[in-house]
Amino acid sequence: MSNYNFAYLDEQTKRMIRRAILKGLAIPGYQVPFASREMPMPYGWGTGGVQVTAATLTPEDTLKVIDQGADDTTNAVSIRKFFEKTAGVATSEETAQASVIQTRHRIPEEDLREDQILVYQVPIPEPLRFLEPSEVETRKMHSLEEYGLMHVKLYEDIAKHGAIATSYAYPVKVEGRYVMDPSPIPKFDNPKMEMAGIQLFGAGREQRIYAVPPYCKVVSLDFDDYPFEASKADHACDMCGATDSYLDEVIMDDAGGRLFVCSDTDYCAGRRRAGHVGAQGVALAEDAA
Amino acid sequence: MTPLLKVENVSKFYGNRIGCEGVDFDLYPGEVMGIVGESGSGKSTLLNCLAGHLTPDTGEVRFEMRDGMMRDTVSMSEPERRMLSRTDWAFVHQHARDGLRMNVSAGGNVGERLMAVGARHYGDIREEAVDWLGRVEISESRVDDRPSQFSGGMQQRLQIARNLVTGPRLVFMDEPTGGLDVSVQARLLDLLRGLVRKMGLSAIIVTHDLAVVRLLADRLMVMKDGQVVETGLTDQVLDDPQHAYTQLLVSSVLQV
Repeated sequence: MSNYNFAYLDEQTKRMIRRAILKGLAIPGYQVPFASREMPMPYGWGTGGVQVTAATLTPEDTLKVIDQGADDTTNAVSIRKFFEKTAGVATSEETAQASVIQTRHRIPEEDLREDQILVYQVPIPEPLRFLEPSEVETRKMHSLEEYGLMHVKLYEDIAKHGAIATSYAYPVKVEGRYVMDPSPIPKFDNPKMEMAGIQLFGAGREQRIYAVPPYCKVVSLDFDDYPFEASKADHACDMCGATDSYLDEVIMDDAGGRLFVCSDTDYCAGRRRAGHVGAQGVALAEDAA
Repeated sequence: MTPLLKVENVSKFYGNRIGCEGVDFDLYPGEVMGIVGESGSGKSTLLNCLAGHLTPDTGEVRFEMRDGMMRDTVSMSEPERRMLSRTDWAFVHQHARDGLRMNVSAGGNVGERLMAVGARHYGDIREEAVDWLGRVEISESRVDDRPSQFSGGMQQRLQIARNLVTGPRLVFMDEPTGGLDVSVQARLLDLLRGLVRKMGLSAIIVTHDLAVVRLLADRLMVMKDGQVVETGLTDQVLDDPQHAYTQLLVSSVLQV
C-alpha cells in the first residue's frame, strides 16, 4: 500500500477537488467544473464518484460502496477493493457503520446521519442536456433560471404516456434555485434527498462536481394536476417482507416465476437477521451473516 | 399616440463592412412595418438588432414596457431582454425548424412559452395549446405529433401559434412565407392578416416579396447596402417609387 499516495490521487489534485466540493456546497445544485483526472478504470464506471471519494476520505473513515443498492456487484466490489488497497481505510457493508458511502443509482433505505457523506456517481450531470444540446446555452439557462424547458419534457411524458413516465434521474429543484439531475436514482429515492447527510455528486467524464448540503430543500418538479409520485413496485420483498423499500424484480424461470427483492442488500439482510421473513424467504440464523 | 418602438440611429458593422447604418423609425401600436430590399441589403441584420439577437454598435431601440415606460432594450440586462422575448415579443423565423423544437410534439411546442412564464397546470396548458392550433388551422388530432411529421406550411403555422400564445405585443417576422408554394403562402398571409388585425399586433416584417408587404404592411422601408433609401405608406412607395433602387425593385416583379 505504501507505493500509492493516500487514496491514489496526489495531494494537489485532492485539493483542487476539495475546492470544487466546497464551492458546490456553497451553491447547492450548481455544477462546478473541475479538472477530472484519468483513473485506472473506464469512464462510466464511476470515475467522478471515485475522485470525490478519494478527496473526501481520511484514514479514520469507514467506506461502503453500493451499486444499484447492492454491496456485492462488480462495480461496488472493485471500487471497495480499490480503496482498501490505495487508502487502507476500513470498509463495511453496513450503512450505519460507514462514514463515507459511494453509490451508483440508489440511496440507502436507512436514514443517513449528520456525520455521514453520500457520494454519487453521475453519468450526465446536466438535466437539460437531452432538450438543449449546447453547453453554452444550458449554462445560460441555469444562470438566468430559465427552466420552462424542463417542464416541456414532463409535458411530453404526460401527452405520450398519460402520466409522468420519467422514473429515474427525475429532475429536482434545490433550495428554490438550481434545477439538478439527481443522477439515475429511481424517483422513489427523490424524497430521501432532504437528508441529514452531505450529498456529493461527481461526474468524471463530464468534469462536473455538485452538492446538496444537509437539510436542503429538494423539490421534484411536477404539474399542479399531475403531482410527483415516488413510485415503486406494488409488492413486498419476498426475502424480508419489507413493504417500504425499493424492489428489484428478478425473473426466476421460463414459466413466469418472479421474485421481488430489496435492491438495498444491507437493509434486506439486516431485516432478515432481525427475524423478518418474506413470502419466498427462509429465516436467517443470528450468526449466518 | 406614443410609439411602441422607437429606433434611433441603429448601426451594425461587421469589421469594415456595413451591416446596417443609421436606421431611425417609430412603430406605433397596431402598425405593421415592412422592410424590403435585396439579399445582403442589411434587412435581416437590422431585424436581429431590433429583436436582441445581435447587439447594435450604435443607437437605441426603445420599447414601451407594460408599465408604459420606454426602455432601451440594447442596454437593458440580458435576463430582462430574454424575458421580453418570451412574453411581449415574438420572432417568426424563415425556416420553421429554427423556431421550433423538432423532437417535441406540437402541443409541447406551443406550451413551451406558457411553461417558461410559469404555467404549471397540464390541463390548462394543453387546452390553450389546442385552442391555438385551432386558430392556425391545425386539427386537434395532430396535437401530439412532432413537427417533423408536418408539411412546410403547417410547420410555419405551428411556429406562429407557438409565438403568439403568450399574447405578445410586437412580432418580428423574417421572410415568414419564404420557401412555401404560392397557394400555401396565400393561406398563411390570410391567417397572419387576420391574427394581426384581430389581436391588434404590431409587427415588423422583413421580406423580399413585394406582394407580402402589399398585403400586410401599413408602412414600408426600402433598404439598399445597409441604408434606408426610402420610407412611406406601402401603397405610396409601391405605386409611386421615388428612389432609383425602389423603381428597379418594383419594376422587377414579374407580372403574370
